[in-house]
Amino acid sequence: MEQTNLMVINGNELPIEPEETILDVARRGHIDIPTLCHLKGTTPTGACRICVVEVKGARTLLPACSTPASPNMVVRTESPDVVSSRKEILRLMLSSGNHNCAVRGRDDSDWTQFQLRVAKDDDSDALCPVWGDCRLQDLAYRYQVTGEGFQGTPARYPMETVNPFIVRDFSRCILCGRCVQACNEVQVNNAISFGYRGAETKIIAAGDRPLKDSDCVFCGECVQVCPVGALVEKDVRYHVRPWETEKVRTTCSYCGVGCQLYLHVRDNRVVKVSGVDEAPNRGSLCVKGRFGFDFIASDQRLTEPLIKENGAFRKATWEEAIDLVADKLKGIRDTHGGDSIGVFTSARITNEENYIAHKFTRAVLKTNNIDHCARL
Amino acid sequence: MTNTIADIEEADVILITGSNTSENHPVISAFVKRAVTRRGAKLIVVDPRRIKMTEFAEHWIRPNLGTDVAWINGMMHVIIKEDLHDKTFVEDRTEKFDEMKAVVEKYTPEHVESITGIPAEKLIEAARLYAQAPAGSIVYCMGITQHTTGTDNVKSLANLAMLCGNLGIRGGGVNPLRGQNNVQGACDLGGLPNVLTGYQAVDNLDAIKKMERAWNVTGLPTKPGLTVTKMVPKAHSGEIKALYIIGENPLVSDPDLNHAKKCLSNLDFLVVQDIFLTETARMADVVLPSKCFAEKDGTFSNTERRVQRVRKAVDSPGLAKDDWKITCEIATRMGYSMSYKDSETIFNELASVTPSYAGISYPRIDHEGLHWPCPTPEHPGTPILHGAQFTRGKGMFHAIEWIAPAEVADDDYPMYLTTGRVLYHYHTGTMTMKTEGLNERVPESFVEITRGDAQGMGIEDGERVTIASRRGEIQARVRISRKAVDGTVFIPFHFAQAAANKLTNAALDPISGIPELKVCAVKLSKGA
Ligand code: SF4
Ligand code: SF4
Ligand code: FES
Repeated sequence: MEQTNLMVINGNELPIEPEETILDVARRGHIDIPTLCHLKGTTPTGACRICVVEVKGARTLLPACSTPASPNMVVRTESPDVVSSRKEILRLMLSSGNHNCAVRGRDDSDWTQFQLRVAKDDDSDALCPVWGDCRLQDLAYRYQVTGEGFQGTPARYPMETVNPFIVRDFSRCILCGRCVQACNEVQVNNAISFGYRGAETKIIAAGDRPLKDSDCVFCGECVQVCPVGALVEKDVRYHVRPWETEKVRTTCSYCGVGCQLYLHVRDNRVVKVSGVDEAPNRGSLCVKGRFGFDFIASDQRLTEPLIKENGAFRKATWEEAIDLVADKLKGIRDTHGGDSIGVFTSARITNEENYIAHKFTRAVLKTNNIDHCARL
Repeated sequence: MTNTIADIEEADVILITGSNTSENHPVISAFVKRAVTRRGAKLIVVDPRRIKMTEFAEHWIRPNLGTDVAWINGMMHVIIKEDLHDKTFVEDRTEKFDEMKAVVEKYTPEHVESITGIPAEKLIEAARLYAQAPAGSIVYCMGITQHTTGTDNVKSLANLAMLCGNLGIRGGGVNPLRGQNNVQGACDLGGLPNVLTGYQAVDNLDAIKKMERAWNVTGLPTKPGLTVTKMVPKAHSGEIKALYIIGENPLVSDPDLNHAKKCLSNLDFLVVQDIFLTETARMADVVLPSKCFAEKDGTFSNTERRVQRVRKAVDSPGLAKDDWKITCEIATRMGYSMSYKDSETIFNELASVTPSYAGISYPRIDHEGLHWPCPTPEHPGTPILHGAQFTRGKGMFHAIEWIAPAEVADDDYPMYLTTGRVLYHYHTGTMTMKTEGLNERVPESFVEITRGDAQGMGIEDGERVTIASRRGEIQARVRISRKAVDGTVFIPFHFAQAAANKLTNAALDPISGIPELKVCAVKLSKGA
């Protein structure tokens, strides 16, 4: 090669930008290298090694997510060595916990026993709660790996279900550390970290306390980045399967940040919320945006117009209600002038609706008495 | 915000004041925390409470309540005296520097210390840090605006930013964080008594003519109207006879609630349009059910002036309707026909009469929102304001003297009360309190106090106490907290049962009409 800012991946010459890793260059070139622990925008940890690739001249396989790309590098991303290394990693992961998705293999002798044990841990006989939405399952399928031949280790730590929002299922944790990166480097809440050592390793909040008694603020960033079923929203776990829902992108209705979010809808009901990886929030949300959506389907919602008679409300038709409002406002405007009427528009409604309220106030009521409470 | 949210991460120094960022704008707080922990930016927090953000700060500066103008003038005094200001910027881009300089002359660090309680050396260090930053960002929220001197506070922060040339650059700016999702949009689209959409003054006859033509009406009023905080008392005196309240719950969010309630009950006619039967809706003559954000199409404008899409995800319950449809039906029934096919049609109309929105359309913001001003369909939007020039040409310094808050602590009411929000709830709680988990985290109101103050009064953590001001009293549970500082208690205003706003002072900023929710005098007593 003459040009020095090029590298070769699977036979394709690709340009390198400063400070890029092999993974960055590959992704820009639409070459798919699988990753598990890698989390965009955070320090690479090299924890899972699923992204290893073969680099010509290197003695060992190198992790693409943390190896800097350099000119004239020649890389193969799916060589036999790479594939067998990935298979081994996946086999170990699958056998290390309650990964009871179907990829575990059908007629292994420990199957029934294993499933029974997991069902007991889960307190459910349904398959894994994130079945169909799991990077480990995807990769196991892609590389045709099952947990066959491994006994499987029983769960070392019990599930944590004592907080209202997040279930922590340590038996499905592959210790990739993405949640730790998300909590410490993305949200900077510094609530969780790696605890204990060796086979005992566990993701813990300070002092190995439950999240609810820690610095955790339930932003749910960790849930969103967990590649497997180790962190799942409490209300979603076993209640919502990804293929049952449709996602609608919209803007959060709480504070003024305007986070972009997906409402996951099933049967005309919002059942889950996740962050969109775009400006302004780049995937992040807070506890209100992510978990505070029950008001939408609350049975306390107003569903009919109400008119007060003798101090009590009665249900009314739209026609009645609109007639009454229009007659009263018209009467007051015509007798006392528009300036005797005021309109509180709202920082909660849309731009279009504010515009309409403003037009109505000025053009119909003929007053400028319009304001909103947002400064309060 | 003059700058974008992402831009905060580019700042070298960030000055946060009057914003409990990690609880009220958690996602923005992550940008600040990342700037500090990952890029080495320095954070200055000026706040009466030891909020979470202080843990990330180089300096936590603790002013007495209601003394913001004093410390800001003090910082400017130091910066000018030490010749740290951006002379080129001041020369080329601003005016009235000398008037401002003359006023801040007497705000020596020692004088400022006597007003604010901030140690002189602390103020000097912070002033140097901010002034010497290549890019310094100022972030503020209601802790700055909800004062009788709120407008002065805001202008003072603008003074400080101009003095150091921190406007129109990446990582700089004066950045107010809006508390509610579409405050920006409500202000932009005419939800203010003195301006039409896009801040066109109601006495600007050209703008009025334009609207009259667009709307096909005559005789639009040109006299500025009343703010919320003026309309409420005028309901009491009878000058306001009817109110049409859309999606607001002033009976929890307004100051001096007991009085506000009396005012509203004096109305001839009250219509409330909302998604729940709020405290305010209960007082109405007619209640109109509306849709919530998940049931609507439209746009919101966020705190960085980015206009973003809202999309319908679910059907609305029962007979609830879009807020715009309800208003249009009332208008039509009153003899002025208003009808639109959908929210996009309305957007196109508002863009046609609002220069700063003129270039924005639904197709353009389908994937990513645009920052106004965006005057033409080709315009890329304006992420950073005041790039080469201020809207009014030159940036004007304001010479501002500090004025004491409307109410100060005395023998009868010896403690200060400040109010705000907590992470797990939002505004008057009508939305967040429908989620069990959020209630589990913060089930009820509380009064946050230091261990020392509590011990002095013989009060235990978790005990119920009565908090009284000149205007009313409430009961709440005591929460001894490291966030508190001696002499000042904090109560969140979310809870209707123990509404902090029964205590607060309705004294208004003469210009903005914003009440002094952040300072009043109270006393605590045992038992409830
Ligand atoms: S919810 Fe947020 S704060 Fe809590 S552990 Fe997960 S990332 Fe950290
Ligand atoms: S909980 Fe999930 S994200 Fe965290 S280490 Fe385990 S598998 Fe990875
Ligand atoms: S993704 Fe590279 S080591 Fe895990």
